[in-house]
Amino acid sequence: MASYTTRLKTRQTYSWVGRPLLDRKLHYQTYNEMCVKIEGCSTQIHIQVGQFVLIAGDCEQYPYVAKLIELFEDDSEPYSKKRARVQWCVRFCEVPVRKQHLLGRKPAAQEIFWYDYPACDGNINAEAIIGPVRVVALAPDEAIPVDLKNEKTLFMKLSWNEKKFRPLSPELLANLDKLRESSPRCQKPVGTKTRSIESLPWTTAEQVVRSIESRHSASKSCQTPTHSVTPRARKRLELNSLGLPRTPDSSTSRQNACASLGSPGRTKRKVAFSEVTSPCKRPQPDELQTSSPALKSPCTKDNKKCSPECHMTLRTRVPVLKATEITEHKTLSPISGGRKSLVVSDVVLKPENIKKRKVEEPEAQNEATSTPHRVNRKSSTLALNRIRQQLQFLGNNKNEQEEEEFLPAAEISDSSREEEEVSTPPFSRAHSSVPRSRCSSMKSSFQTPSKTPKKTPKRRTPCQVTPQIRSRSLAAQEPASALEEARLRLHVSAVPESLPCREREFQDIYNFVESKLLDRTGGCMYISGVPGTGKTATVHEVTRCLQQAAQANDVPPFQYVEVNGMKLTEPHQVYVQILQKLTGQKATANHAAQLLAKRFCTRGSPQETTVLLVDELDLLWTQKQDVMYNLFDWPTHKEARLVVLTIANTMDLPERIMMNRVASRLGLTRMSFQPYTHSQLQQILMSRLKHVKVFEDDAIQLVARKVAALSGDARRCLDICRRATEICELSPQKPDSPGLVTVAHLMEAVDEMFSSSYITAIKNSSVLEQGFLRAILAEFRRTGLEEATFQQVYSQHVVLCRMEGLPYPTMSETMVCSRLGSCRLLLVEPSRNDLLLRVRLNVSQDDVLYALKEE
Amino acid sequence: MSSRKSKSNNLIHAECLSQVQRILRERFCHQSSHSNLFGVQVQYKHLIELLKRTAIHGESNSVLIIGPRGSGKTMELMQIEEVNENVLQVHLNGLLQINDKIALKEITRQLNLENVVDDKVFGSFAENLSFLLEALKKGNRSSSCPVIFILDEFDLFAHHKNQTLLYTLFDISQAAQTPVAVIGLTCRLDILELLEKRVKSRFSHRQIHLMNSFGFPQYLKIFKEQLSLPAEFPDKLFAEKWNENIQCLSEDRSIREVLQKHFNVSKNLRSLHMLLMLALNRVTSSHPFMTAADLMEASQLCSMDSKANIVHGLSVLEICLIIAMKHLNDIYEEEPFNFQMVYNEFQKFVQRKAHSIYNFEKPVVMKAFEHLQQLELIKPMERTSLNAQKEYQLMKLLLDNTQIMNALQKYPNCPTDVRQWATSSLSWL
Repeated sequence: MASYTTRLKTRQTYSWVGRPLLDRKLHYQTYNEMCVKIEGCSTQIHIQVGQFVLIAGDCEQYPYVAKLIELFEDDSEPYSKKRARVQWCVRFCEVPVRKQHLLGRKPAAQEIFWYDYPACDGNINAEAIIGPVRVVALAPDEAIPVDLKNEKTLFMKLSWNEKKFRPLSPELLANLDKLRESSPRCQKPVGTKTRSIESLPWTTAEQVVRSIESRHSASKSCQTPTHSVTPRARKRLELNSLGLPRTPDSSTSRQNACASLGSPGRTKRKVAFSEVTSPCKRPQPDELQTSSPALKSPCTKDNKKCSPECHMTLRTRVPVLKATEITEHKTLSPISGGRKSLVVSDVVLKPENIKKRKVEEPEAQNEATSTPHRVNRKSSTLALNRIRQQLQFLGNNKNEQEEEEFLPAAEISDSSREEEEVSTPPFSRAHSSVPRSRCSSMKSSFQTPSKTPKKTPKRRTPCQVTPQIRSRSLAAQEPASALEEARLRLHVSAVPESLPCREREFQDIYNFVESKLLDRTGGCMYISGVPGTGKTATVHEVTRCLQQAAQANDVPPFQYVEVNGMKLTEPHQVYVQILQKLTGQKATANHAAQLLAKRFCTRGSPQETTVLLVDELDLLWTQKQDVMYNLFDWPTHKEARLVVLTIANTMDLPERIMMNRVASRLGLTRMSFQPYTHSQLQQILMSRLKHVKVFEDDAIQLVARKVAALSGDARRCLDICRRATEICELSPQKPDSPGLVTVAHLMEAVDEMFSSSYITAIKNSSVLEQGFLRAILAEFRRTGLEEATFQQVYSQHVVLCRMEGLPYPTMSETMVCSRLGSCRLLLVEPSRNDLLLRVRLNVSQDDVLYALKEE
Repeated sequence: MSSRKSKSNNLIHAECLSQVQRILRERFCHQSSHSNLFGVQVQYKHLIELLKRTAIHGESNSVLIIGPRGSGKTMELMQIEEVNENVLQVHLNGLLQINDKIALKEITRQLNLENVVDDKVFGSFAENLSFLLEALKKGNRSSSCPVIFILDEFDLFAHHKNQTLLYTLFDISQAAQTPVAVIGLTCRLDILELLEKRVKSRFSHRQIHLMNSFGFPQYLKIFKEQLSLPAEFPDKLFAEKWNENIQCLSEDRSIREVLQKHFNVSKNLRSLHMLLMLALNRVTSSHPFMTAADLMEASQLCSMDSKANIVHGLSVLEICLIIAMKHLNDIYEEEPFNFQMVYNEFQKFVQRKAHSIYNFEKPVVMKAFEHLQQLELIKPMERTSLNAQKEYQLMKLLLDNTQIMNALQKYPNCPTDVRQWATSSLSWL
């Protein structure tokens, strides 16, 4: 906190140098040089594109280091219109602790690493730049100079890509060397830089050595790559964090809260995250208030409830001018808290932004033409840089003039705010730093919840109110007895902690997806197996693990989409489903296909990998096979980063139903799930019934063997056991028996499920029906055919009745035939054929004889 | 004095009888949920336990109730009032919801989900499906209200395209979502073979069989219970008398025979209801109590051969044609015939007997032939082309020899020579 105040006292004014270059493609204006004026010491630091710069981070001792790639103006940003794009470098302490050992040696004190992680967002607020720094790139064979003449020089030898350290690539090395030596202008700022940095308080001031842990957590969250963050998203999140100093407390508490929430759903987690952050931060400044409940219980309701109160008290305390800012803050807070209020707050926010911009920054009008839309294009920016350097000299004078005109206004507003800051209690000082929104706060706050704005549109549209079955009137009873407990665990829906007996398959799939995620490529995998062998469950488990890993930063984050061919009305609906789950958009099948093709096939759209699970693939078959073709074609595109996991039942599906071009794209990565063997089934049952002793061991073995012999379907196995517990419960217990499910109970359950009911049905049919069946058998025997007309059977029936001395039935009565037909004991033609309808038996003749003889 | 007394007696009787008729007819025609279950107590217990677990513990289940028509499948389900207040019920019928699209709309309607989407006009099939899935996915075991899906004529749902609905329902019943109980009612014993393998795997394989597995003594008891008047009948005296009469009837030998015959034909309770209904209709104020004769009459009506009845109403010429067809069938061993063949056969009979009364013009005979076809006593062969001349269109007779002979026995005023001709095609020789 102390260092913070000092930093704020030295106001820095940022201004562009040189004439703006309008990038036609990207629709914003780029600059080549920036001038930083530090108040009080009248020095100016010139920062050029291509230089290495220090960027304010949350650790004052070690500001972030990055290479400046581009400077530009972005109108969509409410507070910091000056933006910069940088290529990050990381210090050793920013490398996750668990991965630090990968370096294999002790890092040098001044060593940094080229952060070779394209997914990391390099778009920062230009005003977060502290000043230039000298970075020396070293070839792999060069040693890092130990005797440091200049402490401020940093050395770079390796690159770090979140996985391992690599030597710098030769091109990069050459590029950096050239940069260091070529421009003589560059030297001057370096010289001034040392001065300026020393003048800044955080280098000279005695620092409280922060614990590695907090730094680690901060750096970790910083490195979580963010992409395709829309300008609006960033804005909101920036405001969310409000530039409050991130103390280790808040960060850890946030993480704790997040961990405790621990919901697997991605969206949910994100929402929860932002919910948690705001209450943590907001109550902090106003210590006088007792709004701490929000801190303790970070739930939406509390947040909403306390926000108007805060609003009131804050208003009374702060000056009028301040109030606008705070109200804005207040209106924003529901954004983080409740998702429903999103629409409202968004509306409120916008006009204020415009107003503010007009008041504070009149120069914005000049550049109002630039649109907020922006696409990252590295190649174009590189080329632009070169052109810009040449043009810079030409337009220098004129531009500086212009800037001097504008600067005073900005300074006035800045300073006026500053004065107020001093007069107001400490919390407002924290607020006042909002417009300059330091990189650290921005970076650390928007990285993880960056998804929130992206996902929320789904909820915003009123037509997509999530439907829900009404909640129950009586509370669900919890299992009371051991049998009930066991039944709950044996239900197929109960998710086990691990999937026994599928470790190998799990590992294979996990490795496949992980490698694709790490390599940033795409691929297809085909998984086959008969129903109930744990295909879908295994894939779910894999994604769950990967999502955890992504949370822990071991793999890049990814989006997971699941579609089920059986739950589609029509194969082309798969596009609609995928699009909706990816972006929340609704579209017709054709349009969705186009959008998805655009998303996956056009280059240059940086996005995280998508993992797509297509269950019941065979249902997506169409005449032209265009759906399958597209699904397998997208991953082959370089920019798609799509991993497709497909599941179907038959092993040879690609050969049987797919055209060559489709099968070829599917590739040869296949996996088949064998039906469970009896020992595996036994193991599954044992693992589910851990700590609950309700089955005799023999009983479990019996059911495992029975099912393994029949189908190897784990669902069957669980269902039988569940039924057996019911039978056990209902059967009269002997007082001395332990109440375990015995072999007898299981046998009863098995019989109930698998025994054919035809014989019982015949036994329970009426005398006439039985006589008719007999007549059919006799007729078959007479003709030697397995088929007879009703007339033939009838005459046979009459003869039989006469022989047995029974009154023979009339024709109408003998229409029992249709009754037997409806049970499917007989197969009959439609009855309009009357006497001529053909009759066949649906049961074997032996079964009928057996059933009829019994009595 | 006495006549007046008998008149007032009659009036009371008439009032009572109309009430009796109303009560009993209601009992026979409607599937009342209050009638006792016969021979299905075990199955009922299984079902009710299952549904209780869904309602109370939030456990998802699926079950099929299989039994022939009229075995009380639906009736059993109507008795599940015990769990009514805590669950949502969705009733679907395969005959009404002939495809998944309609079925989904019906489910959404019955679950009252429309309220959630206020004004949303129901869109496409796909939207409905994802909507419903979303709704069911939202819930969990402990908090959402259990839903019981009752699918009548379950086998027809299995014919829907891809069995999407069944897959969806069974999948929910196997997932940790809103607790559901899927109950299928069907009369097909081979229902499991109709299910697609993935659907089958998701079905829990619980089957409850209702087989009419009672014997004749129970049947007799049912007969008694169905006819007796309840204790709350207003005129106690009459009710007592009526019940006494029923008790007597059930002990009567001839009645037992009638019932035994009926039982042998069908164990179906619906056919018993039909029999009793016919008997009940004969009860009037002048004939206030059911007698054995009533039941026998009704039984006869029930077992009557409908085709023989038609034959009784035919003209002599038409009877002659049928006899000619019978002879043709005998000669050519069930080969199809055409009008010309029948006409020739008939002519032979007419010429031999030389009875001018039967000597009709050919068009008249043709007309009679066509009438037989309209009555569906003869049926054109399927394969014959329609543009063949009427006289030469191949036909088949839809009457059995025994039927014809039986009908002729009862045919009123049948000429002797026709009867003789019927017994043998060579009788005129």
